[in-house]
Amino acid sequence: MSRHLLSAADFDREQATLFLDTAAQIEAALAGREVKKLPTLRGRTVVNLFYEDSTRTRISFELAAKRLSADVINFSAKGSSVSKGESLKDTALTLEAMGADAVVVRHSMSGAPHRLALWVRGCVVNAGDGTHEHPTQALLDAYTMRSRLGRLEGLRVTIVGDVLHSRVARSNVLLLATLGAEVTLVAPPTLLPVGIETWPVEVAFDLDGALPKADVVMMLRVQRERMAESYFPSPREYSRRYGLDATRMAMLPDDAIVMHPGPMNRGMEIAAEVADSVRSTIVEQVRNGLSVRMAVLYLLLSGAEVSL
Amino acid sequence: MTGSWLITDIRPYGEAAVDVLIRGGHIAEIGPGLSAAGAERIDGGGLIALPGLVDLHTHLREPGREDAETVQTGARSAALGGFTGVHAMANTDPVADTAGVVEQVWRLGRDSGLVDVAPVGAVTVGLGGTQLAELGAMADSAARVRVFSDDGFCVADPALMRRALEYVKAFGGVIAQHAEEPRLTVGAQMNEGVRSAQLGLTGWPAAAEEAVIARDVLLAGHVGSRLHVCHVSTAGSVELLRWAKAKGIDVTAEVTPHHLLLTDDLAATYDPVYKVNPPLRTASDVQALREGLADGTIDAVATDHAPHAVEDKECEWGAARPGMLGLQQALSVVVLAMVETGLLDWRGVADRCSTRPARIGGLGRDGHGGGLTVGAPANLVLLDPAARSILDPAELASRSRNTPYAGMELPGRVVATLLRGRPTVLDGKAQA
Repeated sequence: MSRHLLSAADFDREQATLFLDTAAQIEAALAGREVKKLPTLRGRTVVNLFYEDSTRTRISFELAAKRLSADVINFSAKGSSVSKGESLKDTALTLEAMGADAVVVRHSMSGAPHRLALWVRGCVVNAGDGTHEHPTQALLDAYTMRSRLGRLEGLRVTIVGDVLHSRVARSNVLLLATLGAEVTLVAPPTLLPVGIETWPVEVAFDLDGALPKADVVMMLRVQRERMAESYFPSPREYSRRYGLDATRMAMLPDDAIVMHPGPMNRGMEIAAEVADSVRSTIVEQVRNGLSVRMAVLYLLLSGAEVSL
Repeated sequence: MTGSWLITDIRPYGEAAVDVLIRGGHIAEIGPGLSAAGAERIDGGGLIALPGLVDLHTHLREPGREDAETVQTGARSAALGGFTGVHAMANTDPVADTAGVVEQVWRLGRDSGLVDVAPVGAVTVGLGGTQLAELGAMADSAARVRVFSDDGFCVADPALMRRALEYVKAFGGVIAQHAEEPRLTVGAQMNEGVRSAQLGLTGWPAAAEEAVIARDVLLAGHVGSRLHVCHVSTAGSVELLRWAKAKGIDVTAEVTPHHLLLTDDLAATYDPVYKVNPPLRTASDVQALREGLADGTIDAVATDHAPHAVEDKECEWGAARPGMLGLQQALSVVVLAMVETGLLDWRGVADRCSTRPARIGGLGRDGHGGGLTVGAPANLVLLDPAARSILDPAELASRSRNTPYAGMELPGRVVATLLRGRPTVLDGKAQA
């Protein structure tokens, strides 16, 4: 494994499982503690380099690094030299000069973390790049599925929505394939990429047909603005055909769970009663994200001691 | 450096070795065992001789982006690549849409002394796609423009395209279309297909090129005009061109060296050196383009040499400008993709890289694209096809370094280039 975490395709099943197991160990170690902090990364510097607005991911990484006792710098596009037109490379060299041990990067352009990784010596963690990938989201999703349903091998996961523009979908497809789950993608044909036939997934256009066979249904955020680009006629039509409401949720097997990476459009891709139901793992995903990101930072930054 | 040159032991078109005597800028004698008192000698040592190459599609960046390339540095790259004539695209700053700008570029080319620079005129004012530029004024200028193109942009408006095709007939001009349906390529970053799906980069569908080519060959046929299609990149485009030519439509087309060799798999690096417009396509497109060039459906190799400053490439893929260097490696890539594969012989290379592009661009009037025959202007290139070397971008003559061939081993070394009997390159070194 490289010292970076750029893509969910970067690791095999053993390495992926190590991330999940480490997250579980961290969660267990901190459970019931009054001071939820480990000394592991004391003296190390983690930079959160966010070129795109993100609340939950940035906070999750910040808290993860702080709980590992790292020094954390938040560097966001707004209010920094970035808005004055500094190039990614110059920003990278600046962070390098400051001695960043890890750079957690969120960027609106696909592949930006891959470029960054050329210019810094520290670890680069992809916290979401354009419409490409979001590997730590896939790890926390897999962690959530495993902790709720006890396994990943053979698990039937249905991912619904804007696959074309979704970095969450890309990373989940790759990681779940590595971990032996069976993935079905459901979307209007306009929101599936050309070339999807080579992905290790089933593709369906009909949500009702897919739900009875799903152990997990993951709803993707669909931006209303896509309507203006004619990906679908109206939010209402989208919601009728691809939204998960209580009636549709009732078609799921008894133990099935409902996931969403957030932020949700309640009433669009997911009805409030579904989001707030006992099947929903949405809040759990956020909580698990913290343990998973601690595991990622720990395993990448402690490099030498842990064989990854 | 003017005067008489006796080039011994060269193989025109890779055929039997002869000596060639050049006098007064023309080929004076061809034959074995020539001697000429007072002539300077070049020992050909069995090198292959071809007519000087002609590029229909070069971006020299001057005026406007002299930090990326100048006419002088571009001309040096061209000469080192074996070219004696290049067409300079109009997307400069200011745009080459007036007689004044095309004359400026033409004069800079003449001053370079290394290569004939034929400016391409913009079809529309400012490449804006709405109003015809003064095509006649550019045609009548000292630059004698015959090729018009909004390259970088498509003349997307079908009515305007029709008018442009018709209008340039008055002075024997041709419209060189950058075939890209703009609504189908909004935000496009790379070929749309398996790779774009994986990489999360917005796709540039083959249909966006093919739809415009289909439309334009029908328009050209309808109004009886000549059409030239720039940088054809897809298998479907080759099929459309084959169909149009079979129908008798007066269409010609070019393909770039990079589309003959490289595929969209390279985008997986996210290194914008591989970002180009039209984008690198798939291996089956590459094969179809090679076959189309071999059977003459595609008439010419054209470099689309597109120098870019470091900051325009050393960045995110999405922020980078599209385009790659081409002039200096074009012949090597043609040797690799077409000659070593057995698809073209040396006469075929001469036809696609010199004769036909010269004819399409109207440079025949200046003696380009002629045969290696007695009496012809002495525009020629001497090539060592066996030499192979690994490309170091630092050694390129261009001001820019955005070559996609860095680190690749390429065949063929241009040893000498002669423009009207005067060496512009000798022993692999530019003479100005």
